[in-house]
Amino acid sequence: METQSTYNYKVVRQFAVMTVVWGIVGMLVGVIIAAQLVWPELNFGPWFHFGRLRPLHTNAVIFAFGGCGLFATSYYVVQRTCNVRLISDRLAAFTFWAWQLVVVSVAITYPLGYTFGKEYAEMEWPIKILITIIWLVYAYVFFGTLAIRKVKHIYVANWFYAAFILAVALLHVVNSAFIPVTFLKSYSVYPGAIDAMVQWWYGHNAVGFFLTAAFLGMMYYFVPKQAGRPIYSYRLSVVHFWALIFTYMWAGPHHLHYTALPDWTQSLGMVFSLILLAPSWGGMINGIMTLSGAWHKLRTDPILKFLVVSLSFYGMSTFEGPMMSIKTVNALSHYTDWGIGHVHSGALGWVGFITIGSIYYLIPRLWGREQMFSMKLVEVHFWIATVGVVLYISAMWISGVTQGLMWRAVNPDGTLTYAFVEAVKATYPYHTVRALGGLLYLSGMLLMAYNVFRTIRAGQAVDAKIPSVGVQHHA
Amino acid sequence: MSDFVSGFWGIYISVIVIGGIAGLFILLLTQSKTTFKSGEEVTTVGHVWDGDLEEFNNPLPRWWMMLFYLTLFFGVGYLILYPGLGQWAGLRGWTSVGQYTEERAQAEAKYQPLYDKYLKQDLKVVAADPNAQEMGRRLFQTYCVQCHGSDARGAKGFPNLVKHDWQYGGDPATIQTTIEGGRRGQMPAFGAAFGEEKVKDVANYVLSLSGKKHDADRALRGQETFKTVCAACHGPDGHGNTAIGAPNLTHPSGNWLYGGTEKTIIETVTNGRTNQMPAWKDFLGDGKVHLLAAYVWSLSNNTHAAQ
Repeated sequence: METQSTYNYKVVRQFAVMTVVWGIVGMLVGVIIAAQLVWPELNFGPWFHFGRLRPLHTNAVIFAFGGCGLFATSYYVVQRTCNVRLISDRLAAFTFWAWQLVVVSVAITYPLGYTFGKEYAEMEWPIKILITIIWLVYAYVFFGTLAIRKVKHIYVANWFYAAFILAVALLHVVNSAFIPVTFLKSYSVYPGAIDAMVQWWYGHNAVGFFLTAAFLGMMYYFVPKQAGRPIYSYRLSVVHFWALIFTYMWAGPHHLHYTALPDWTQSLGMVFSLILLAPSWGGMINGIMTLSGAWHKLRTDPILKFLVVSLSFYGMSTFEGPMMSIKTVNALSHYTDWGIGHVHSGALGWVGFITIGSIYYLIPRLWGREQMFSMKLVEVHFWIATVGVVLYISAMWISGVTQGLMWRAVNPDGTLTYAFVEAVKATYPYHTVRALGGLLYLSGMLLMAYNVFRTIRAGQAVDAKIPSVGVQHHA
Repeated sequence: MSDFVSGFWGIYISVIVIGGIAGLFILLLTQSKTTFKSGEEVTTVGHVWDGDLEEFNNPLPRWWMMLFYLTLFFGVGYLILYPGLGQWAGLRGWTSVGQYTEERAQAEAKYQPLYDKYLKQDLKVVAADPNAQEMGRRLFQTYCVQCHGSDARGAKGFPNLVKHDWQYGGDPATIQTTIEGGRRGQMPAFGAAFGEEKVKDVANYVLSLSGKKHDADRALRGQETFKTVCAACHGPDGHGNTAIGAPNLTHPSGNWLYGGTEKTIIETVTNGRTNQMPAWKDFLGDGKVHLLAAYVWSLSNNTHAAQ
């Protein structure tokens, strides 16, 4: 049978294209809400208000852009490193269409004001149930494909994808536990401080497993492929993998320092966040050191630039995170723009760049082309995006530290030196720079969309043949 | 107060935490070969995926392992000194509540005299003291602006403190009472009792009281209702009653709490209004309330201070 001898690239192509589409949508909403903070007149009516668009932005970039990128690459990687077609084309197709339905439902219900009220999990219960079903099917397709693999060993990228799928299932189900009231209204089953703890256990591990472990899976395939070099250290990948997935689970309480959360819980959150530094950096070292012997390629290959710079941002934000989890630092940084800057050095710098690089790697291969329509445009995209990220995060650092210092400044009589609005005023210019940085990043995505469109139009969808294992398994 | 319902949970947490950190130590120790023997070169593990994906087996970078050990040692030390291992309180005996109480006590010891020295002074004297005015302004900017605005001009439902129009009275002592104990304002709903037409009539009469544009016929009819019902609180001529917080409806400049259009007045009469100003005495203490009262009074009585 034809389908038995080729990889299922169709679902990869679908997810890859939607990664770019949702990337543009999610980042456009980001630019809009950044502009609303500079020009409040841009808040039109309740539907187009910052309060409703902000969760739309976070969900669109994490679950629509990031999610589609992870579906696309995990389906591609698991097939190619297992020498076998996906275990079920129909179920894979189901995950694609149902995931798009989730994204569209979110994009409609959030502006209308339907919300579960939990950050990064604002969707109401019918959507939550659909996500649960999709995730179980996704797990079946991924692990089923692993189970029928034709090679003995499981490639490291698949460990990370596997951990991501299992952990996200656990996080989503536990954090979403709801009591439905009406078709579009439900409440969390957890009370008070416990609800907050469950939320941030979920919230931080959404960062840990969705935005870190899964994208490390992406990194472990596309970096060595694009560099044409072996992974630096198998041993390091084993150690940092287990250390990372064990330690991440504890880090959530650092979001709740100096709150009603018990002291012992806060301490554990801080201690394990610090311990997380080395396991996080293990992935960065393994990625960057994989390039040793191929550094010269960085000069000429813009895709490799995306991948390597993503690792630098990854290293930077995984250093920043543990530092911010220290209580004394947190007392300054918490609730300020510093947090937004930290998240975006991870989201734009790490998640965005590694995904963009991987998609540029994939598109020509999925449509039977040698390379992207224009490598020059990829290069331009790289520089625009880099300038965008740097503007964004440095503006937020300055703004965040300014806020933190102004909020805590005290006069000799014990009163606050600055009224709240004075700190708002002080951060105004940085918010403008942030909007500009976001706009640059979005512009890069538009270039990418054009480049992808031209590549696809010049090419033709191809499904690569599955090579026999004996040929390549020379060890 | 313990965070746990039974001693079991403290042990449960400690076992997992200590086991977890020990597990990380062991994981590192078992993989800690960091150098090659002389002449030994790095080789790949021997597996190949997808045509050309291979893995070297370089040892863990020494600096990275040191970093890892360092954070683990720090973690152990921290959990000995601070609460974390279930019911173990930590050698330093630190709690967040303790830290708060201590810092708060220090601050009060340091700052309280600065405020208390004004307590013996008359509010009008305090209002004339530039230093006290500056302290009052800062307090206002911290505690009052959320409702009354940073310019003290209020917003819908939140009184304007700059105009000389007081719901409960604007002499210094009354302002102090308002800040100390808060206020609870209630205007009953008359929609059901009056019916739509009558509400509209009354609204037009109310408009006429402050010389606003109104329907004269309706106002005439509304006057009757006003005199029999509304006058009980707002007075026969609509001047209000500061003793019960009934607003003056005749103010020519139209200082309306909820808005002075026909539409909003109809809304107010139909549905009534409920409002609340919180009490600050327990939270701020007498000294700060005293300064605030003087400052707020000055806003509408002291031109240089109102700027």
